[in-house]
Amino acid sequence: MFSIFKKEFKSYFNSPVAYVMIGLFIFISSMIFNINLTQGIAEYIFNLNYMALVLILIVPILTMKLLADERKSGTEVLLVTSPASLTSIVVGKYLAAFSVFLVMTGITFIYPIILSVLGEPSVPEVIGGYVGFILLGAAFISFGVFASSLTESQIISAIVSVVGLLMMWLLQGIAPSLGGIWSKILSWFSLYSRTEDFFAGILSLGPVVYYLSFSAVFVFLTIRVIEKRRWSKG
Amino acid sequence: MIEIQNLTKSYGQIKAVDNISFTVEKGEVLGFLGPNGAGKSTTMNIITGFIPSTEGTVKVNGFDIMENPSEVKKRIGYLPELPPLYMDMTVSEYLGFVADLKDVSRKAKKSQMADIMELVKITDVRGRLVKNLSKGYKQRVGLAQSLLGNPEVLILDEPTVGLDPKQIIEIRKLIKALGKQHTIILSSHILPEVSAICERVVIINKGKIAAIDTPDNLSKGMNTVSKLSATIAGPKGSISNAIEQIYGIKYVEPHIEKEKDVTEFIIESDKEIDIRRPLFFAMAKAGYPIIELKSLDLTLEDIFLQLTTQEKEVI
Repeated sequence: MFSIFKKEFKSYFNSPVAYVMIGLFIFISSMIFNINLTQGIAEYIFNLNYMALVLILIVPILTMKLLADERKSGTEVLLVTSPASLTSIVVGKYLAAFSVFLVMTGITFIYPIILSVLGEPSVPEVIGGYVGFILLGAAFISFGVFASSLTESQIISAIVSVVGLLMMWLLQGIAPSLGGIWSKILSWFSLYSRTEDFFAGILSLGPVVYYLSFSAVFVFLTIRVIEKRRWSKG
Repeated sequence: MIEIQNLTKSYGQIKAVDNISFTVEKGEVLGFLGPNGAGKSTTMNIITGFIPSTEGTVKVNGFDIMENPSEVKKRIGYLPELPPLYMDMTVSEYLGFVADLKDVSRKAKKSQMADIMELVKITDVRGRLVKNLSKGYKQRVGLAQSLLGNPEVLILDEPTVGLDPKQIIEIRKLIKALGKQHTIILSSHILPEVSAICERVVIINKGKIAAIDTPDNLSKGMNTVSKLSATIAGPKGSISNAIEQIYGIKYVEPHIEKEKDVTEFIIESDKEIDIRRPLFFAMAKAGYPIIELKSLDLTLEDIFLQLTTQEKEVI
């Protein structure tokens, strides 16, 4: 698992992908921060809320190549015929993308620091907010990895994950209005609505379990997709 | 070492591999020969555990690929038809990654990589990006990858395809040398390659095994006639008539008229009879000088064509 993780993590920084993405994320998030700052909003949660939306565009770029490219370049054979298990391969890749995301998130810690110089942001809110943000990112990445396993085209993989994540964002508005069993099923996918507690500075177990199990389910589905494709290919 | 039993892979109605069984002994170099699309790559993909079989078993050193995949995969080095390379890595980064993937210990890694790079002659390109290498070098990096972890079995899918003649000779030599320490299955659609490297040949066509034997035995077994090419000066018709009179002749055919009144004949006779001497005396008596005489034994190429076209006629 570690060998895959190391290779993927390095390959992010060997290509322009990581730099462009981190740059883009920092640029957008600092714009948001700047707007909030000039409007005199001291609550950091506003920033995190918008940054979570930006993730809909950032995460697919992060994950699009992970599995799609292995298939396209024929290197999947090397991984599958090596003694490493499929689970360790997928988990290694997932953790590599997650680590890049952590690096990216780490840079944004500078905003609450600036904020604390200028005013007095609520510390539990900032900490709770970041825990929620990171868990949300973990869930997004698992979906992106899953999308990447469906196709050998990076573009299609990116489109599938952007559309999927957008749908999940829209669900928080749609799901309650449907009512009945559909509302329940669809609200399971509503990733955003579960960030509310965190952004209010409350650390409760429920949402944490939710995000972790969401990630685990999609990592598991990714493994199943690859496994299933092996049976049908020549 | 490798036991393959009743291996079948079907896609709906189509059987890419149809009930194949053979074994490979330890230290043997086995050639896997067949036209394009015969099922060579599919079989190799099954042996290495890349794709599962529909029916049948593959055992490597007693371990079943379906029940004990990691034990089998540890023992196999695989070079697929398209070498599985990461274009944006340097050669040594790539080999380092593969060594990690195959759980080569930290201690052994460095020396093993150096040895293998020396063996396949890529030491001088180790710092270059894989995407900038020529096809021949890429193929060698692919081969180096399969050797990492020191597997007992090597499975090489068309290892010389796309290389220039000099590189082909080098890679063949290398494979022959590797055969001393490894069990090798090598696929090819190039016949001289298989007869040059392999101790035993499996000819496969349309997913079925057409023949298994040593290259020598294959050519012996298939020869039911002995064939001669004779270039003789004189009128075509009367030479043919004269040859037909000789005892044991089965078939005569004027092949090419090489010069005016000098014709190459293809003569087939019973396998047991050597007709070269009677032919000489017959021609001398008739006054037609023999310019050239050579025997046309069945090459592996002829056998291959016979086996694979016979199949077509059945269908």
